[in-house]
Amino acid sequence: MSHIYDKPRIRISGDRAILVEYGDVIDPAVNEKVRAMTTLLKGNLPEGVEAVIPAYRNLSLLYDPLATSPEKLLSLLLELEARLHEVKIPAARIVEIPVLYGGEFGPDIEVVAEHSGLTVEQVIAIHTATDYPIYMIGFTPGFCYLGGLDKRIHTPRRKTPRMLLPGGSVGIAEAQTGMYPVDSPGGWQIIGRTPLRLFAPERENPFLYEAGDRIRFVPVTADVYDRIHREESA
Amino acid sequence: MDIFRVTSPGSFTTVQDRGRYSFIDRGVPPSGTLDLFAARIANLLVGNPAGAAVLETTMTGPVLEFLDEVDIAITGADMASTVNREPVPVWRSIRVKEGDVIRLRQAKSGCRAYLAVTGGIDVPVVMGSRATCIQAKIGGLEGRPLKKGDVLARLPGAFLAKPRRLPVEFIPAYSPDVVVRAVAGPQDEAFASGLETFFSSVYEVTPEADRMGYRLKGTPVYHDKGFPRSIISEPTVPGNVQLPADGQPIILLVEQTTGGYTKIATVISTDLSKIAQAMPGNRLRFQQVTLEEAHGIYREQAVLLKQIETLLSSAR
Repeated sequence: MSHIYDKPRIRISGDRAILVEYGDVIDPAVNEKVRAMTTLLKGNLPEGVEAVIPAYRNLSLLYDPLATSPEKLLSLLLELEARLHEVKIPAARIVEIPVLYGGEFGPDIEVVAEHSGLTVEQVIAIHTATDYPIYMIGFTPGFCYLGGLDKRIHTPRRKTPRMLLPGGSVGIAEAQTGMYPVDSPGGWQIIGRTPLRLFAPERENPFLYEAGDRIRFVPVTADVYDRIHREESA
Repeated sequence: MDIFRVTSPGSFTTVQDRGRYSFIDRGVPPSGTLDLFAARIANLLVGNPAGAAVLETTMTGPVLEFLDEVDIAITGADMASTVNREPVPVWRSIRVKEGDVIRLRQAKSGCRAYLAVTGGIDVPVVMGSRATCIQAKIGGLEGRPLKKGDVLARLPGAFLAKPRRLPVEFIPAYSPDVVVRAVAGPQDEAFASGLETFFSSVYEVTPEADRMGYRLKGTPVYHDKGFPRSIISEPTVPGNVQLPADGQPIILLVEQTTGGYTKIATVISTDLSKIAQAMPGNRLRFQQVTLEEAHGIYREQAVLLKQIETLLSSAR
């Protein structure tokens, strides 16, 4: 049974972290609460809290046990909870990600088309029609756990994962879609690649997005891909 | 200020500091020294701030040729270190000079040794830290382990007026039988019937043990009926103990940020140092403590560190 909780539940994750949980289901309403509480906490970091990390249905708080305690944090959270409805959560930022679909950069797009009983053009149209919420970032730097992939293009993972997927690869695995920001092994069906550098450690802000933003994939031609790629490598 | 050249890098040697915590919400792992205690003491022994960048070396240490005079301290695993073939005392500072060759060998006890130099190792600060993160290819020296021929520099810092040594009563003993304290959770309710087994079994550290995590082997602990094997992926912290479907625990460490397996317990932060020093083949047992006890231990450790710091910096 899946639930949305009335009140946040606290889980102990060692002597320096708690998880604040709003439900046990992947649900936009639950994630809205996570976003709202994250916004509140980050706007005015409580004493002793060192980091706030939002996820699908919970958020993790790292704390200094010399400065606060889970009891103190829980009572603070309940206090904030009462004010949650007053919080104006900023509208989700839309981050456009240009993608060159198919061909050399999207070698599995025909697998997805065949599995879905669609044409490649239809797969691209469906994949670019949704603004995908970023529920969580993890696994590798900048790797987004996105919600909202259209059922029509759900496709199983490859039987044999690839040893090396170039950074920028865009793929589908079951009900998930996403991007590989850095070179890594992976079993997703790769349908395209973005010329953007999704992780640029030398920039003041090395990332283009954070949890709570929405990703919009925008199809581009090879010429546009090359131009952006040149600008990004400059 | 170039300070040493790497003649041989050892099996896995990286530059680490206290870690990179500003981007864990973007999937950038904290990295940093796995044994915070040993790294901190190494820094205090040469008069550095506790979080200065040091070398962390694993199982078999490097050979370093010094290019200038400097104070150094080696702490952590006993790697039978020598300077110009003479044994080097560990957990104390020594002054080396240009041309000296420091050799760290295979660990005799413990698994990871730390080497601090006056001022701290000078590599660029990337995203707020000098810690090497191999996966993200950032920090340290070009985001990679040291290799033969690398030359490392140090930051400015004053030499010691007098050598420093850590009194023997503070030096941890590394045993092949490791006991780490852990609090239940965050998902211990999925293991009502297995919790006792988990806290009473002796596990073996497998060869799959690195800065990402330590895989253990022993009596399997299974999920209770009705509890799913995996959960909705969520943030993890170093010390979380995951139990995948095969029932063999994995202790998560500093090179990851999220996970989708249920976690039966979490090793307390002060005892992560013990895991850092555990070798494949060692036996490891989890001892349950309450959160209140864990916080008591945390406070005691903070007092102890303060005491050591005062002691070392006042020894003139």
